[in-house]
Amino acid sequence: MIGHTSVAVGGLYGEKASGPTVDFSYVGIDAILEQMRRKAMKQGFELNIMVVGQSGLGKSTLMNTLFKSKVSRKSVLATSQEKIPKTIEIKSISHDIEEKGVRMKLTVIDTPGFGDQINNENCWQPIMKFINDQYEAYLQEEININRKKRIPDSRVHCCIYFIPPTGHCLRPLDVEFMRRLSKVVNIVPVIAKADTLTLEERDFFKKKIREELRANGIDVYPQKEFDEDAEDRMINEKIREMIPFAVVGSDQEYQVNGRRLLGRKTKWGTIEVENIAHCEFAYLRDLLIRTHMQNIKDITSSIHYEMYRVRRLNENNTVVAHANGIPEHHLAAHEM
Amino acid sequence: TSVGSITTFTQRNLEGYVGFANLPNQVYRKSVKRGFEFTLMVVGESGLGKSTLINSLFLTDLYSKDYPGPSQRIKKTVQVEQSKVLIKEGGVQLTLTIVDTPGFGDAVDNSNCWQPVINYIDSKCEDFLNAESRVNRRSMPDNRVHCCLYFIAPSGHGLKPLDIEFMKRLHDKVNVIPLIAKADTLTPEECQLFKKQIMKEIQEHKIKIYEFPDTEDDEDNKLIRKIKEKMPLAVVGSNVVIEVNGKKVRGRQYPWGVAEVENGEHCDFTVLRNMLIRTHMQDLKDVTNNVHYENYRSKKLAAVTCNGVDTSKTKGQLTKSPLAQMEEERREHVMKMKKMEAEMEQVFEMKVKEKKQKLKDSEAELERRHEQMKRNLEAQYKELEEKRRVFEEEKANWEAQQRILEQQKLDASKTMEKNKKKGKIF
Repeated sequence: MIGHTSVAVGGLYGEKASGPTVDFSYVGIDAILEQMRRKAMKQGFELNIMVVGQSGLGKSTLMNTLFKSKVSRKSVLATSQEKIPKTIEIKSISHDIEEKGVRMKLTVIDTPGFGDQINNENCWQPIMKFINDQYEAYLQEEININRKKRIPDSRVHCCIYFIPPTGHCLRPLDVEFMRRLSKVVNIVPVIAKADTLTLEERDFFKKKIREELRANGIDVYPQKEFDEDAEDRMINEKIREMIPFAVVGSDQEYQVNGRRLLGRKTKWGTIEVENIAHCEFAYLRDLLIRTHMQNIKDITSSIHYEMYRVRRLNENNTVVAHANGIPEHHLAAHEM
Repeated sequence: TSVGSITTFTQRNLEGYVGFANLPNQVYRKSVKRGFEFTLMVVGESGLGKSTLINSLFLTDLYSKDYPGPSQRIKKTVQVEQSKVLIKEGGVQLTLTIVDTPGFGDAVDNSNCWQPVINYIDSKCEDFLNAESRVNRRSMPDNRVHCCLYFIAPSGHGLKPLDIEFMKRLHDKVNVIPLIAKADTLTPEECQLFKKQIMKEIQEHKIKIYEFPDTEDDEDNKLIRKIKEKMPLAVVGSNVVIEVNGKKVRGRQYPWGVAEVENGEHCDFTVLRNMLIRTHMQDLKDVTNNVHYENYRSKKLAAVTCNGVDTSKTKGQLTKSPLAQMEEERREHVMKMKKMEAEMEQVFEMKVKEKKQKLKDSEAELERRHEQMKRNLEAQYKELEEKRRVFEEEKANWEAQQRILEQQKLDASKTMEKNKKKGKIF
């Protein structure tokens, strides 16, 4: 509302003002929020999350827990045995979920086989190739002469990287992967199966990880350089101090103190997934869904995608393979 | 020969107390005096709680703040480290050697990360073999690895390719006991499923893990069967003492409860400890000595006798009788000698030729120099001759000139005399 007080004004031809006062100073710009809301409700949202980590770290369970429904690959493709594949596969499953009239197309991209072999050299290459392929597909749609009104967005918005809870430090594989991928996608590292660490071990481990990330120049989400203003910085600093989140996932409910809660029941106690005294799942969920989802998508489209686009359009006719992290020095040469 | 007679053993009842019932005590006393040795190897990725478990098992701080466990230090390649500790309990002395393998499975490329482990085990067996074959065998320290605890990460799914590879390569060199590490991350149902899956995969890949021997005692057998059902053992380690319901226990404190290490319902730590130390330590040593070490020994010795060359890669077979063996060795030796002789002669010939050539060369060189010098001399001689000739010429000239001068002087004096005589000088 533009700041004016309502005043009874006389008519155009000098007639005396009569009847209830009309607020002529209200233009109605703020009604655009309502229009946008209606449009968003009609269109729905898209979110593409990739999960990366060794087998057995609880990736599928965490996805199910995050969206409170069976969205993971395992729930959809019923496999009787959990066999580790010989090479890394990339499996994408899409779901349409709805809450309070808001529709979301959620795509979970799983990477079975990552880090499971004896020799894991270059196991990040298929993943980088996939991410770049999605950017490429979007770019092709964008530069079309007759392009669609709404380009389907299959770009990976967020990559959740699962760190095994050794309690000591990052492994060479973790460092290598995050170093390369933080340049093309938003990485959110989490400590998997955190119910194996006591609180002191957890704090020590997190400190070590943050140190190593800093030492290797790895920028995980939320990146410092993309903080827009002081308010953002304050919120994001708080998040940065907590990274990586120590999470526990579960899709089974138990009765605790008369309430039904998601958790894991052991002989010495029940771990409540959504209790922040037990683990930091709630913080991860808030970050990914309740507070920073739009920000994640914005950074993907305005920064990561733009970087790719500039590189690509400058290459002219050179092969895209250069951008897939195969020869590092080529990549460095094309970096802006 | 006693081919025809069959010795029968009949059980006789003794009529009095002979005293050989005391034999076990004598063995016992001797063993206690000698002390015991045990070597335990722990293998697994870093961060699986190996150091903590070792500390918990033996209730000593093998790895402490001053000497941190290998996990705290990042290793670039797989190392094999051993630490010895002497512990005493109830008058019995145990020399415990813990062999740790930091860096195992931590790199990006873990191919052949089991090789240093295999090399270590083989080298200890070799040491023992050499000590056994010595003439003076008074002190034979037994440093062979008696037991290898392999730590499996608690993924809840199954074995990793690395686990399978490692166990396949080591199951006939050492007693392998697989353990599920950090078992407090699994709920009881998950743990059961995981154990079943692991045992299935172990059978699929024909991995021979350590098997508990059946004893004659039924009671013991029952216990053993119970242990077998729990394999692989799911362990949790801790040396921190926490108070639970007024009782002091060792455990891990979580916001949702305390996981007790020595509680049979929480994990299989007590089973492991009892099995490893209280009941089966001697059996592990026996199996190492009778099975794994014998395997190694027969492989090694067969390879040596087959070729005369110690190649541990080829497997030889003792099919020849010792005499034929000796004959062949002699023939080989003679052949070798002949070859060496021929070689030496060749070398000799070559050397002689070389020397001759050298002498010829130096002779030619001398000749040349001689010629050169002669020519030099002749040149000098000629030069001198020339000089002399010139000199002679000059001399002749000079003499001629002198004579002319003399003549002139004479003529001059003669005319002066004439003039004087005429006396008309005015």
